[in-house]
Amino acid sequence: MADQAMATRKAPLDGLRGGSPAATVIPAAPASRVALRASAEAVSALSAALGVTLPVRPKSSASTGKRHVLWLGPDEWLVIDEDGADLMSAAASSNALHSAVDVSHRNTAVIVSGPGAEVAINSGCPQDLSLAVFPVGACSRTTFGKAEIVLFRAAEDTFRVEFWRSFSPFVFGLLSEGAVDAAH
Amino acid sequence: MLLIYCPYCEEERAELEFRNGGDAHIARPTNMAEISDEEFEAYFFLRENPKGVIFERWRHIHGCGRFFNAARDTVSDRFITTYKAGEPKPVLDAEPKTPATVETYEALEGAAQ
Repeated sequence: MADQAMATRKAPLDGLRGGSPAATVIPAAPASRVALRASAEAVSALSAALGVTLPVRPKSSASTGKRHVLWLGPDEWLVIDEDGADLMSAAASSNALHSAVDVSHRNTAVIVSGPGAEVAINSGCPQDLSLAVFPVGACSRTTFGKAEIVLFRAAEDTFRVEFWRSFSPFVFGLLSEGAVDAAH
Repeated sequence: MLLIYCPYCEEERAELEFRNGGDAHIARPTNMAEISDEEFEAYFFLRENPKGVIFERWRHIHGCGRFFNAARDTVSDRFITTYKAGEPKPVLDAEPKTPATVETYEALEGAAQ
């Protein structure tokens, strides 16, 4: 019998490194992600089930350890678990009415880090990323060039940029160019 | 670039994040099967296309994803106010004044003659 071919999963930006001394652009480690939609009545049950209090203010996020919940809209959140935990069954255990879609492999992310991180992202993103307007923990869905991204400020000089994996060459390329420009 | 105030995100965002959704406050007839073709045409196709203030639906598609309504001046492109979907038409204080510097078609044609 012929040898069976084994498919190995390949991350979209595997092994790539970009950026400049001002801002490094590095693909984030694989994580599990859930696009979560629920009405206001289900928020407390889902918060308890996920172990993170779902934020209800615009542009805000909440984190417990390596699990982050980002506010995207009045009834929509992006849940990211950097440890790859099973978020779907966690959400299902809430017994509250909600919609959860596993988007772990639809999305990919890069970490933009360094003193020029704001400038690098602003090369394609129209939002004001100054600390007064976009503080640590702030998050927002927005645009980057012609792609849609979700921005999350993990630290003063570190952003997590989430986007669809089909856009990854475009976003990574433009971010790297922006990071090089930020060094000048 | 225009900055548009999103009533759900509670801040101004760049117009790149938004999409226009046509006229606001168009009520869908509840007796759709019974109305005449003319009445359907009036509901479905006919729009005012005013020169001046227009009430429109906008969607913050690359942000919170929500539809909301906006009052906009079609001459100057200025957003007068925005409000959440489902809320009644706001009473606008006065007819917004179009700044004299706005180059309308009529003004340019007038100068050419």
